[in-house]
Amino acid sequence: MDQNTKIEIRDLNVFAGKTQILKNINIDIPKNKITVILGPSGCGKTTLLKCLNRLTDLYPELKVSGKIMIDDNNILAAKEDIYKLRQQMGLLSQRPYPLPMTIYNNISYALKLRGIRNRRETHKLVMHYLQQANLWDEIRTRLREPASRLSIGQQQRLCLARGLAVNPEIILADEPTSALDPISSQFIEETFVKLKHDYTIVLVTHVLRQAKRIADNVVFMYLGDVIEQGSVEEVFGNPKMEKTKLYLGGTFN
Amino acid sequence: MTRGQKIEEKIFKMLMAFATFFILAILAIIIYSIFEKGIRSISWEMLTQIPQGGYYYGKGGGILNAILGSLALASGATMLAFVIGMPVALYLNVFLIRHKKVIDIFRFLLDLVWGIPSIVYGAFGFSLMIFFGLQTSLLAGILTVTLFILPIMIRSMDEILRTVPIGLQEAAYSLGSNKSEIAFKIFTRQSFSGIITAVLLSFGRGIGDAAAVLFTAGYTDHLPNGLLEPVATLPLSIFFQLSSPVPEVQNRAYASALVLTLIILIVSLFSRGVGKRYHKTKINF
Repeated sequence: MDQNTKIEIRDLNVFAGKTQILKNINIDIPKNKITVILGPSGCGKTTLLKCLNRLTDLYPELKVSGKIMIDDNNILAAKEDIYKLRQQMGLLSQRPYPLPMTIYNNISYALKLRGIRNRRETHKLVMHYLQQANLWDEIRTRLREPASRLSIGQQQRLCLARGLAVNPEIILADEPTSALDPISSQFIEETFVKLKHDYTIVLVTHVLRQAKRIADNVVFMYLGDVIEQGSVEEVFGNPKMEKTKLYLGGTFN
Repeated sequence: MTRGQKIEEKIFKMLMAFATFFILAILAIIIYSIFEKGIRSISWEMLTQIPQGGYYYGKGGGILNAILGSLALASGATMLAFVIGMPVALYLNVFLIRHKKVIDIFRFLLDLVWGIPSIVYGAFGFSLMIFFGLQTSLLAGILTVTLFILPIMIRSMDEILRTVPIGLQEAAYSLGSNKSEIAFKIFTRQSFSGIITAVLLSFGRGIGDAAAVLFTAGYTDHLPNGLLEPVATLPLSIFFQLSSPVPEVQNRAYASALVLTLIILIVSLFSRGVGKRYHKTKINF
């Protein structure tokens, strides 16, 4: 495996019953970069993301085959440590799902799963991660309130803080700004750009402008196939495939 | 909309409205007759004393034996059913998530046993008693009523747990939670008010049933004293008073029915209140 590659996907196939959702996917995801997976709705982007942290396990109808190597460890073959393995990856979903507890406990729950139980340390880290997600100043007096009282934009940032609190190496984001207002969206994008120095980020989106703004690497998918992948300059500036040109030109979406 | 469609809609709207009011009227009549007849013979004496000799022929005393007996029996059975039922409902929704067929079969079976008349549970409980050499007693009653309300308890919790959004589960799994943590920290918190409602619903069914306790709990004019002694229950107390030839005692049956109805009313109101209050930490998606 290449030194700069964090995730290596080889011959990944996913079936839902007889329908093939992902067809022979091969992708290299570089370390400490933002890789954007781009494509129209229903092309398998979300399924691909769920394969990466084995959330596909929750869907009995999905059959997954192939290899996903993260640091020389095939996570699709892992039997025992799925729970630990998922902690390598923080997840940010389309809409925020705060846990049914207080704001503080949303973060301390994640810390506990990481093995941190010391109260003072927990306290320090809750503050640290909320600051990292740019939420601390807004809610520092409301830590004991239920997370459900936050606005959607705040909830999404709380989920980001919670995702970071398990100390992952990778951040998986599935259209994380689609439910948010422009200002919250912009904030999430800016945070991603800051975070990429410490994390490998995989972002699923169908917003072309978002991809252009923050991507280092682009993977274009269509109907379960990877059509084209490469650096953002290559894919946006000089697309090789006809389908990519049409999609970027706005002919279909 | 054409003229025909408009007329059609009007007719169906009227039919539905009629059916709704018809049902409401019947309910109102039942509740009114219980109140109207019950209020007249209810008395402090009735609520605070046990039957004296000849109570069922019009002599003095009360139904405290049945009130306390019913409360003891229904609470015992509800607690036992909760302790058994909660893990089952969690197991179905968290641990069996990859086995949809098994879940479907289990739900079907539970719906089936939900529909079995309580007298059948009574008969089954009775044969269990004989097998274990138990006499009619509070314990035998609790065991039988537990069996009777278990399907109700499990299925109503199950319906609540089913509504925990998959996105929330994914979020919790992605943090590295294992299944027990998902079950006990996420599912129970998100569904707390629904779980309370399920428990109180089961309590209501348990306390109101006569057939399940007829052979198993027995009946006594004394206050409940111990798990292995027979115990009086309100439904049976109503039945015995109603079978009396004395009109005055028949009216006491309505007063007892009023007591039972009020207990169930209080429980329902309580469960609604809890349901509303615990929307606090629940996330509404």
